[in-house]
Amino acid sequence: MILSKGNTAPNFALFAKTDQKLSLDDLKGLPVILAFYPADWSPVCGDQMSLYNETLPLFNKFNAQLIGISVDSKWCHKAFAESRNLHFPLLSDFEPKGAISKLYGAYNEADGASKRALFVIDEQGIIQWSYLSPDNINPGADGILDALEKNGSLKY
Amino acid sequence: MSVLKLAINSADHHAGNVKADITLVEYGDFQCPYCRRAHPLVKRLLKEKGEVLHFVFRNFPLREIHPHAYISAVTAEAAGKQGKFWQMHDLIFENQDKLSKTYLLSLAELMRLDLTKFAKDSTSEEIRKKIETDFESGIRSGVNGTPTFFLNNYRISTYDETYESLLDAVQLESEMKLKS
Repeated sequence: MILSKGNTAPNFALFAKTDQKLSLDDLKGLPVILAFYPADWSPVCGDQMSLYNETLPLFNKFNAQLIGISVDSKWCHKAFAESRNLHFPLLSDFEPKGAISKLYGAYNEADGASKRALFVIDEQGIIQWSYLSPDNINPGADGILDALEKNGSLKY
Repeated sequence: MSVLKLAINSADHHAGNVKADITLVEYGDFQCPYCRRAHPLVKRLLKEKGEVLHFVFRNFPLREIHPHAYISAVTAEAAGKQGKFWQMHDLIFENQDKLSKTYLLSLAELMRLDLTKFAKDSTSEEIRKKIETDFESGIRSGVNGTPTFFLNNYRISTYDETYESLLDAVQLESEMKLKS
């Protein structure tokens, strides 16, 4: 079971760049979208992270910060982000492996990878919406935008 | 099930029979190889079913992974301002391996568009907004990649890159229409 609405989002501090960590506490005051996903280098064109990359202007309308998380290493994330021109941070839930994914209930023990799970966290750090998608299905961004709209953080 | 959130409207590009009971909407990216593969399938569908089918194309450019997707969308929209959206749409998909700004301009020349108007429309706020609205309506409707098809407002989840999968969806929808 993934964490659901009303739960406090567990804090984390994970590598967002090869030499810099990002923590959820750093983002207090902003709505945060956490997108756990199984692995970098998804083979399809228009994969989930590329889709969200294109959706950033819509997330920005809500001041929301998007974060991708998988168990891939920071170097793997760097290469992946560069190849897809991603303009948002990818966090490495790498050591201890999957620790943060587990806290959110979004870890697949059998595969040793994060599940494909989405969380919208409000300005106070409370989960307002979560969704677990099958591993092979890109859940799109409509659910995230609906949740942000409901959270009422529209800038303009 | 994903539902189309933006109703068909006058800003859309229409093909087939606009009065048909069945409307097929494609969210597509001109530089996406999967959309290029879908292109002849849609053309065939319109040839065989065009009398009972209304087709609409909306832009869903994935600009960061396809650097020519947006300029291609702009080119097709600007051609549309001179009544030649579909000709440009077809030429772009058929020449997807050649896409560049120069090549797209040569297509405009080839089609004998008024190039002054074409250049002006290409940078217009109206076309920028049209593409943005298309993209946003796709995202809000649950489009998660390209091409995504909606048949009478519901996403076709059975499309598997074959002509049959499109045809079957259309036929099933027409049978349901007949019954109701």
